[in-house]
Amino acid sequence: MEIAFLLNGETQNITVDNPTVTLLDWLRETKGLHGTKEGCNEGDCGACTVMVTDADGSKSLNACILFLPQLHGKALRTVEGVGTQSDMHPVQTAMVEHHGSQCGFCTPGFVMSMVSAHTNGATDHDNQLAGNLCRCTGYAPIIRAAEAVENAPRPDWIAADQDGVSKFAKPTGPTTSDELAAWYLKNPDATLVGGATDVGLWVTKSLHELEQVCFLSQIPDLAKIEYRDDGLHIGAAVTISDLRDAVADIYPDFAEMLRRYASVQIRNAATIGGNIANGSPIGDGPPALIALGATLTLRRGDERREILMQDFFIEYGKQARKSGEFVESIFIPKQDDRLKCYKLSKRFDQDISAVCGCFNIFVKDGIVECCAIAFGGMAGTPKRADTVEAALIGKPWTRGNVDGAMGLFSADYTPMDDMRASAGYRMKAAQNMLLRYFIEDTTDQPRVLEVSS
Amino acid sequence: MNHMKPTPHDAAPLHVTGAARYIDDIPMPKNALSLAFGLSDVAHGKITAMDLDVVRNANGVVSVITADDLPAGNDVSPSVHDEPLLATRTVHYIGQPIFLVIADTHLNARKAARLGKVDIKPLTPILSIDDAIAADSKFEDPIQFLKGEPESALKSAPHQISGSIEIGGQEHFYLEGQAASALPQENGDMLVHSSTQHPTEVQHKVAESLGLPFNAVRVETRRMGGGFGGKESQANALACACAVAARITNRPCKMRYDRDDDMIITGKRHDFRIDYQVGFDDNGKLQSVMMQHFVRCGWAQDLSLPVADRAMLHSDNAYHLPHAKIVSHRLKTNTQSATAYRGFGGPQGVVVIERVIDQIAHHLRRDPLEIRRANFYQNGQTTPYQMTIEDSVIAPLVDQLEQRSNYTKRRAEIDAENRANPDAVLKRGIALTPVKFGISFTLTHLNQAGALVHIYADGSVHLNHGGTEMGQGLFTKVAQVAAREFGLPLDMIKITASDTAKVPNTSATAASSGSDLNGMAVRDACQTLKARIVAFFAIHFETDAAVEFVDGMVRAGSHEMTFADAASLAYQNRISLSATGFYATPKIKWDRMAGRGRPFFYFAYGAAVTEVVVDTLTGENRILRTDILHDVGASLNPAIDIGQIEGGYVQGAGWLTTEELVWDEKGNLRTHAPSTYKIPACSDRPRIFNVELFENENTQDTIYRSKAVGEPPFMLGISAFHALSHAVGYSGDTEIYPNINAPATAEELLRSVYRNADGTDAF
Repeated sequence: MEIAFLLNGETQNITVDNPTVTLLDWLRETKGLHGTKEGCNEGDCGACTVMVTDADGSKSLNACILFLPQLHGKALRTVEGVGTQSDMHPVQTAMVEHHGSQCGFCTPGFVMSMVSAHTNGATDHDNQLAGNLCRCTGYAPIIRAAEAVENAPRPDWIAADQDGVSKFAKPTGPTTSDELAAWYLKNPDATLVGGATDVGLWVTKSLHELEQVCFLSQIPDLAKIEYRDDGLHIGAAVTISDLRDAVADIYPDFAEMLRRYASVQIRNAATIGGNIANGSPIGDGPPALIALGATLTLRRGDERREILMQDFFIEYGKQARKSGEFVESIFIPKQDDRLKCYKLSKRFDQDISAVCGCFNIFVKDGIVECCAIAFGGMAGTPKRADTVEAALIGKPWTRGNVDGAMGLFSADYTPMDDMRASAGYRMKAAQNMLLRYFIEDTTDQPRVLEVSS
Repeated sequence: MNHMKPTPHDAAPLHVTGAARYIDDIPMPKNALSLAFGLSDVAHGKITAMDLDVVRNANGVVSVITADDLPAGNDVSPSVHDEPLLATRTVHYIGQPIFLVIADTHLNARKAARLGKVDIKPLTPILSIDDAIAADSKFEDPIQFLKGEPESALKSAPHQISGSIEIGGQEHFYLEGQAASALPQENGDMLVHSSTQHPTEVQHKVAESLGLPFNAVRVETRRMGGGFGGKESQANALACACAVAARITNRPCKMRYDRDDDMIITGKRHDFRIDYQVGFDDNGKLQSVMMQHFVRCGWAQDLSLPVADRAMLHSDNAYHLPHAKIVSHRLKTNTQSATAYRGFGGPQGVVVIERVIDQIAHHLRRDPLEIRRANFYQNGQTTPYQMTIEDSVIAPLVDQLEQRSNYTKRRAEIDAENRANPDAVLKRGIALTPVKFGISFTLTHLNQAGALVHIYADGSVHLNHGGTEMGQGLFTKVAQVAAREFGLPLDMIKITASDTAKVPNTSATAASSGSDLNGMAVRDACQTLKARIVAFFAIHFETDAAVEFVDGMVRAGSHEMTFADAASLAYQNRISLSATGFYATPKIKWDRMAGRGRPFFYFAYGAAVTEVVVDTLTGENRILRTDILHDVGASLNPAIDIGQIEGGYVQGAGWLTTEELVWDEKGNLRTHAPSTYKIPACSDRPRIFNVELFENENTQDTIYRSKAVGEPPFMLGISAFHALSHAVGYSGDTEIYPNINAPATAEELLRSVYRNADGTDAF
């Protein structure tokens, strides 16, 4: 496979033998660029953060789970390419002046996340840096540094990167969904790679060798978002970052949950199609989409079929996807916003949910008219709470009825014990999430993240 | 008050540009090889057969080594030779290295290491504290501190409480995983690069594994990407593996653990259960404290005995215990060998006495701060190990913090708010906890350090000492000492990598001692050099005027020249411009078996106020505000010291909240990556975070009257734990003491919420 991209302003033309060589390994082992660090090799620590620019702008990504061909046609910046000791980027200067580095190992990754945020004018520093772990500083001096340079000028090379990416040739492999459909029908055992935030770990942790891959990020028509009269149509290759923006006004609580979905680096790569198709029992997208009554369009060759999102998940590790068939798009029917999403994890940011409960309850004249409640982390698949829903529908929306329905979760779910939570805690928290929905709907009690000293 | 300058970390410009080199960044010769361990998947068992042919035939593999193939020693223990580099007949935990793969690349070594077929006949594993107690599985007989007559004092006290607390371990999660390389030299010598806090120990273990004298092995460490105690002994295995593989292949070898391997193989902070019985009077003044520590040490002894000792030595924290009995059980289990971790057992000791104080306050319906104050040490009182406290500043320090943080008013407001709204889902809580931490290695002979300082003929200074840099800013502080002694700007001082060939017989950079010991050793070397120049000036200029080293100049009466010219002149007059320095901490003496003496040169003090909010429907919680006042004596570098305090606090709070290690029933560590083990992220730091240095000077003659800072602030995080307890105490029946265990995960807090409702566990 032939690929080309800009590395710190210089064109790289590369013949890739192994399509799953990671950008991190290529930088460190082939290019001898050792500034980008390996901290975890799974996209959780951010020590490998780089900045990638294309026609859509600049974004931070984790190099450890980014396959080299995903760089095709883009402009890559590593820490070596943003400034030198004698000519530092303002972020680098501020990190020195504010004592933002101690051991220094996480620092290049922080610098790259901060450079990306600075490039984009983003000042929600806690969100921007949620995907970068530091064990030394307690983060306070890093935030001071980030705040200090909010208004500093951007170096010229950023514009040069943006201008420089237009010249590259079309990538090899399918570049339209029609081409993909035809190709995948012929190559049904190939691995479709969205952002590689899950498949990347098959390679770096499970040490799998993938024979044949297709990169969906090179198929622009799979990444479209359209608001139509009937609702929101979302292409399977839409990133979580773009999805978050798309639902921010219409389903703000979904967007707030997506704010806590992994990290900026992961959300910039991960796709909603991948989040669904990989069939995780937890994956935070599916329970929200199920609660919203979303449907999937599955495509096999020229055949398309629509199924309810909840019917896609059959059992743990098994989805309603035929050989050669792929998730093409997701549709959320238009509705009033009654959705609340409760993501429960050991840590607020960059953590896989122990339980993710999504509630969409419509009340008319004090009576529950209809409702959809779906959970991740409570069963082998994302799953609706049929019994609880049935107990609520048609009944007055009262604390008493809510209390009664809370007792019925055990008819819908038999959660398990694992390192994230015990079964008993999962069940109790799930029940209480319904109570929280009721309390939020009927009083003005804030959430724990909304309180200040 | 005489704080030195808040200079940035010397390597900061390298850090931020990606130019700072760590082990895996050092270019290796083209023929270098990479290593990976094949690991045990059984917690306890006998190896009955090993088929490694498929490993040998795997892509890129050069050689595969088992214990039988080792050229000399097979031990990486820092203490009692009980830790084979590669397992012999028995395996003792899941993750124990059994064989070593030598391959062309890191990835090929990792892939091949998973292919080994090792038959292990399982034996019953001892995994938990209860398992170990039942089996009487231990490293030594219980150690006891006894002061006064605790039994009778307990009986005669007006009030008694008892309880038990589980305190979880902690993964270091240094961002740079363990790494080492070895390059064969002529005549069988070995050059080792190691990410270690203890180059000398790596030198010794490598020499032992090659059957060489120490002088044949040179170990160099420029910096670590974090250590926190996790690279005090855990680096030995990789360095020895590299050295052995380099010997066998006669090629350079490098090894770094993948993160999951790192977490599965290496030791962590010890987890504890501590039972206590306490007697006190109506004012909460302690009369008798009796504790039993149960320490889960893992499979090998490592540093567990001194860790368990230090937990006992901090079971008083800042409080006078008139009568005390502290018993410690050092339990052997089939889990990772628990090891050094910032605080070295001290934090576990402090947690339990703070729990005791908090529970007394609940019992007496008083603000815990009143109980704390009633029990603070006064100078002249003695510890449970019979050391007289002479330098306590805890009472005035806490007074100042109370004022600055507005603790009393805020506590009253929070109490009133919680009482007025018993049905509120969110509860706030606040707590103030103090820290007193003993400074010195409890193994007295370790309290020594060496330095080597050269002045070149151009006046530039080359500095070396026995400490290692892991991010704590030691090199910067020590360079500041040299710059001050010579009256030079900092950029005239070249900071160089720790190197066993420059300064021999060093102690680990541990016990917060780095700048105390190495700063003094460097000063000694500088003073030796200055004395030579002074003597030379007296003769050369025939003057008896005092010689000053100020602002890059050397002055003797009317004779004045730049430091560079002075160096050049001294050189031309055949004056030696190279000197070693040495320091041994005075006054300390400790009998660990008797539990008596003066183990510490001095104490460092501090206190923190933390405010939290807890969601009583899920246990989710957040630190809202933290105020800290901490004693570093006369600071060597206020910026670096505040960095240690902020970072230590967040790491300590992480230990007691989100950082949960989970093993399954077979002994598999289930939290072996950052996806499942959650250290604090950026948004977990306190939103309001006020950190100040307490105005103080060390009463002891330390380097410029400064105090150690590495470990003590870690324990400031305990205030978060007690703030959470305070908040949870307002759910349900406030007569019930919350009794939360550590870590106080959201799950643990919700369990406590329900326990408070009716006294039973809901799940």
